[in-house]
Amino acid sequence: MTGPQPTPILGRGSLLFLGIVLATGILVPSFNLFLPVGSALHVPDYLVTLVGKYLCYALLALSVDLVWGFCGILSLGHGAFFALGGYAMGMYLMRQIGTRSVYGNPDLPDFMVFLNWKELPWYWHGFEYFPFAALMVLLAPGLLAFVFGWFAFRSRVTGVYLSIITQAMTFALLLAFFRNDMGFGGNNGLTDFKDILGYPVQAPTTRGVLFFLSALALALCFVTARKIVSSKLGRILVSIRDAESRTRFLGYRVEHFKLFVFTVSAMMAGIAGALYVPQVGIINPSEFSPENSIETVIWTAFGGRGTLWGAALGAVVINASKSWLTGVMPDAWLFMLGGLFIVVTLFMPKGLAGVLSGWRWQAGAKTPTETVPQAAE
Amino acid sequence: MTAQPKHDLAETLLFLEGVSVSFDGFKALNQLDLAVGRGEMRAIIGPNGAGKTTMMDVITGKTRPDEGRVLFNNIDLTRLDEAAIANLGIGRKFQKPTVFENHTVWDNLELALKADRSPWASLRWELKSESRDRIIDTLERINLKPAFATLAGSLSHGQKQWLEIGMLLMQEPELLLVDEPAAGMTDAETEKTATMLRDIAKTRSVVVVEHDMTFIRALNVRVTVLHEGSVLAEGSLDTVQNNQRVIDVYLGR
Repeated sequence: MTGPQPTPILGRGSLLFLGIVLATGILVPSFNLFLPVGSALHVPDYLVTLVGKYLCYALLALSVDLVWGFCGILSLGHGAFFALGGYAMGMYLMRQIGTRSVYGNPDLPDFMVFLNWKELPWYWHGFEYFPFAALMVLLAPGLLAFVFGWFAFRSRVTGVYLSIITQAMTFALLLAFFRNDMGFGGNNGLTDFKDILGYPVQAPTTRGVLFFLSALALALCFVTARKIVSSKLGRILVSIRDAESRTRFLGYRVEHFKLFVFTVSAMMAGIAGALYVPQVGIINPSEFSPENSIETVIWTAFGGRGTLWGAALGAVVINASKSWLTGVMPDAWLFMLGGLFIVVTLFMPKGLAGVLSGWRWQAGAKTPTETVPQAAE
Repeated sequence: MTAQPKHDLAETLLFLEGVSVSFDGFKALNQLDLAVGRGEMRAIIGPNGAGKTTMMDVITGKTRPDEGRVLFNNIDLTRLDEAAIANLGIGRKFQKPTVFENHTVWDNLELALKADRSPWASLRWELKSESRDRIIDTLERINLKPAFATLAGSLSHGQKQWLEIGMLLMQEPELLLVDEPAAGMTDAETEKTATMLRDIAKTRSVVVVEHDMTFIRALNVRVTVLHEGSVLAEGSLDTVQNNQRVIDVYLGR
């Protein structure tokens, strides 16, 4: 007897998912850039931006699924980490505008000139350098998650109480970033971006590269998340989710594990936000609004909690439906979203991913080794 | 077969002195004193509300005592948290079987296996062949070898109890606290469990909380009777059962 085979980091389903994400990342920009406008396969510019946005949302949903699906931390404030990553990128982009701004001040963004500020606040220094901004994309959400998690998990705040304080956190940040004297552009946020690393933000090639990078980031974060959940640490996270005090009595410091996964997840959300901002061209405080975080949880539940790829899929499917439906019937969207959530909760407890894997087993009659260990009785 | 009580202090593994806990004025433990020897198996009985589970909570760090000392290998446990106490070598089995239902039997044991408990070490964990052998050995001891790949959630009640005992063994504790191991078991299962615990007690100290008198008789060990948060009587089961005060409060006929 040798015991069970170790779980592969990437099973067949995971590889399929990665293949689709990377193929999308390469094909969509290529079809946009290299095929003539009249061609049947040509992807219009607007669609590149739109799908690029979905990929960022998919990464955000993946990060939520990592903490919620595997460790049972229902964060209703992950939008805050997304927005912080976005603001870090936005600050870099603002500093690249230079004298091309309306007021033409080489050092100060327009909104600071408008507020009569004479010099750059200390926390804006360094953001003119891309590597520094990129580091902040990870550090700002990571640090917030670490400090927040340190206090919350150490005080053993769990369940609905934790969800409420995560929501309070993002709401507090929403109010703070609305204030002009915070120095982040207040109500209007950061916009009118010109260049990123010397390339014009609006140019189709830049858009294509950003699209590819979004797909790549989603793929890399997916592999990282799979690596975490397929390790022993991942099994401990599930143990914490299912029987927290049992895990403690086995000698595991539950709060350290939660802190680890919460911080990693916040950094992933930050990356998503940083890739989102140059594609949509603006970041403002509304990204902190609790509704955004709640919607992300709905995408995750719809796609299939605890599957990672399902969460990403859920984000894309719901947002695509939203784009389509708000065009056709603008008033119906919220009803649809609410209805969808009820249908999923009642009839699809494992979400879209559960339905899809069900089909796969029936169709292929292959042993579902990746998700369900066989009974050996 | 009877484990002889040990009164030598150097041989005391667990020592509770004047421990009191109250919840909203209700004294769950009242100046409780208890000494468990190294390698001793002890049964704790007492009517509902006698403080048995609270005593376990205090020892394992779930509840802080209002006063008193809890010494384990001469280390005061009252300032430590659950994880630290578990890592000192105290394992606990809950009254209701608590296993990780979404993990296989094998994974339950692997997670309980004594090892570095930090997140970083867990991320880089690989199962070595000696650990593999230990898990297989434990699977045999708890009669679950054929079910190693079964999800723990689909085990029977008795099998879950055994799995939890197996998890305790993987922790290699010096002291095992076992809360009602025979609850909800068939007679055959109860007998098997008693054999299992006696086997374990050869190398470790075990404290068993139990209501089932047949089971206690099968264990054949020294018995401590708790009542209203303190010790009422102590001795062999026969002595205790004939003690007039015990008869009055607990076995009262």
